[in-house]
Amino acid sequence: MVLVKNGSVAQDNWVSVTDDEMLPPGKPAIISKARWLRERCSLRRRSEALGLHLTSDDTLDDLVNALDGIALIVLEFPAFTDGRSYSTARLLRERYHFSGELRAVGQILRDQAHFMLRCGFDAFELVPNADIASWVEGLFEIAVHYQPAADARSPASDLRHR
Amino acid sequence: MYRYDAYDTQLVGERVTQFRDQVRRRLDGSLSEDEFRPLRLLNGLYLQLHAYMLRVAIPYGTLSSEQMRMLAHIARRYDKGYGHFTTRQNIQFNWTRLEDAPDILADLAKVEMHAIQTSGNTIRNTTADPFAGVAAEEIEDPRIYCEIIRQWSTLHPEFSFLPRKFKIAVTGAREDRAAVRVHDIGLAIRRDNSGEVGFEVMVGGGQGRTPMIAKTIREFLPKDQLLSYLEAILRVYNLAGRRDNKYKARIKILVHELGAETFHEQVEAEWAQLRDAGPNLQAVEIARIAAFFDPPRYEEVDSASYQAKLFQDRTFADWVRTNVAPHKQDGYAIVSISLKPEGEAPGDATAAQMEAVADFAERYSLQEIRVTHEQNLVLPHVRQPDLYALWQGLRDQELATANIGLISDIIACPGLDYCGLATTRSIPVAQRISRLFANLDRQHDIGELRLKISGCINACGHHHVGHIGILGVDRKGEEYYQITLGGRADENAAIGKIIGPAFSSANIVDAVETLVTVYLERRRDHERFVDTYERVGQTPFKEALYGSR
Amino acid sequence: MKTQAVTANLLVDGRVAFLTWEGDWSEKVEDSHVVTSNEEAEWLLDSAQRAVSAQVVIDPYLIEVSDSNGSAWPLSRREQIRAAGPTGTIDTAPDGLTAGLKQVA
Repeated sequence: MVLVKNGSVAQDNWVSVTDDEMLPPGKPAIISKARWLRERCSLRRRSEALGLHLTSDDTLDDLVNALDGIALIVLEFPAFTDGRSYSTARLLRERYHFSGELRAVGQILRDQAHFMLRCGFDAFELVPNADIASWVEGLFEIAVHYQPAADARSPASDLRHR
Repeated sequence: MYRYDAYDTQLVGERVTQFRDQVRRRLDGSLSEDEFRPLRLLNGLYLQLHAYMLRVAIPYGTLSSEQMRMLAHIARRYDKGYGHFTTRQNIQFNWTRLEDAPDILADLAKVEMHAIQTSGNTIRNTTADPFAGVAAEEIEDPRIYCEIIRQWSTLHPEFSFLPRKFKIAVTGAREDRAAVRVHDIGLAIRRDNSGEVGFEVMVGGGQGRTPMIAKTIREFLPKDQLLSYLEAILRVYNLAGRRDNKYKARIKILVHELGAETFHEQVEAEWAQLRDAGPNLQAVEIARIAAFFDPPRYEEVDSASYQAKLFQDRTFADWVRTNVAPHKQDGYAIVSISLKPEGEAPGDATAAQMEAVADFAERYSLQEIRVTHEQNLVLPHVRQPDLYALWQGLRDQELATANIGLISDIIACPGLDYCGLATTRSIPVAQRISRLFANLDRQHDIGELRLKISGCINACGHHHVGHIGILGVDRKGEEYYQITLGGRADENAAIGKIIGPAFSSANIVDAVETLVTVYLERRRDHERFVDTYERVGQTPFKEALYGSR
Repeated sequence: MKTQAVTANLLVDGRVAFLTWEGDWSEKVEDSHVVTSNEEAEWLLDSAQRAVSAQVVIDPYLIEVSDSNGSAWPLSRREQIRAAGPTGTIDTAPDGLTAGLKQVA
């Protein structure tokens, strides 16, 4: 897989760990929400960074006060058409003020990237043969926005009255 | 009317460029059909039985004469010379080519139109009362809020992949001409006790295989809070709506499964977080948009000649009786143009007819046209003394059928003649019924009767809310038609009830005739069909159709 | 044994098309390559899949046809309408895919 972050290819040092695996020493690790909630106290003492993998079925209700120490959240798109993670991303950014990396994985289309960017994603996991240049171009195809979202860009309704 | 500024123009232009690139990538093979399908649907491009069908948005059913001319141009240049006006106030071109689609969108952009979100699991074109701004008893012009919703929902980054499609309708009048209670969200402009203007918010209406009447989840929403409240509803739906079964994915199922009260609580909890931080517009932006819908400058009108014509020409007077509605301004009238001439496909208009309507709008209606969800057109600002000349002009174009609201003013989906989902035909049934009742005197005697036909259970022909509803069902390769009675789409919205076993294609038209006969025998005074039905109930109709078994 | 042919829509313009004996696509159902065994039907569908990969057609599938005088005609109403165009008032001449068919006098 190829990681595109902030508009260019980035090194991916993160290791995904299943619930019954040991966390790899010396490496940043991605774990499930269930494991994080279960082992939070011990995991907090780890010196390497921690990331969470949320499926599109995972809700944020029990994470509201439990995002301290999380540097990365991976949100999954099990199908192009499953749009739940767009809402989850906005909630993480706008309501829970999560400022770490927000990574989109799974079935994501180049033509959905601008929506994801606006909802607060800053990293995308692409298939190895993806056309990266085209992908990055897709992020900025639409420059005008009608509604505020998780990015800093002002909607037309504000720009009109500057 | 709303006019684009530089931002609107840029957005629509960028969207055309983006789509042109998507089509290019599809044609050169970089996108598979599975990848391209959701992209083309986001721009209203379907693959139907015979060709690609492009659905163009007509925001809240308002068109300028210039825009209508462009639709005529597209029909002629890229299609087979006609278009089909839909029950959602849009227009469909049935014979477009994929490789032409970007050029069609570029042509549309020249007149401030687009096909954005006319399909897909997105927030679709917001529909409105076709008499908005001119209806006598209106509190405020709903199109102000429709335009606000149009902008907010366009390319909404969070709500472009909802569990299912999402339809919003707004009315500003007591009399509901927008069928707000059979929409995912219905908004009715209300005035509270202090005189403040806001919305009654109704959620979870819809037709399809599980018809439901929307429930009011908020009696009064201050109007400046509209967008944050909508965003709260959509967010709850996007996160909790079912995605495991497309037939259970509409918001009506979520509202039904949670119960309206629980759904309301979840929305209010989300709204509590959003109302100060959300997408609500500043007053200055609301005022900017509202100004586009200020009433035009009406003239002083002398209606004496019009009154005289009413006495002199009975055919004209008949047309006025059904097709002309009172205008809020003295001396003006609202004219409905029937797209249901005898024996034609409901809602179809040729390029020549579209151009003629554009001409009439320029000459007689301050360049403005409306599209109704009943698949007709409206000229909203006609001076009474111009009505006679307008009527004569319409007659020359076969556009003066005096049947608005009558039995031949049929809503029908495209059915199996065009649609990839349909299982039976609906247009030929509509054509046969309209021929059977071709005698206009008889139709006028029968009075208001809303007949609606769907070619399959998806109910695009609104049969659930027809006074007489007809649903086509396939039985081992044969077309059968099931009748429902007592549905209504007005402010007393109701879902019709199935009267009995379905009729064969050969017998369905006679069955309609039988129902009308029962009504004429039973009606009292000025009762409409639906009033008589509600008073006497199913039994006499059932006995006449099936005998008293 | 079923008598079958393969139909699809052309990618470029969406028009209805039928796989012919020559391995091309025709807008006329009469030109269909008709087969009568399941093995042949699968082979026919496989060759149609190559036209999908080549960006010629979308979603090919088998339809049942009658083949009385050596010219195929679909059995189902849906496929008859696809083959001949909409019923009702709009003229549907076989080549009626180009002209403006619904002119007002």
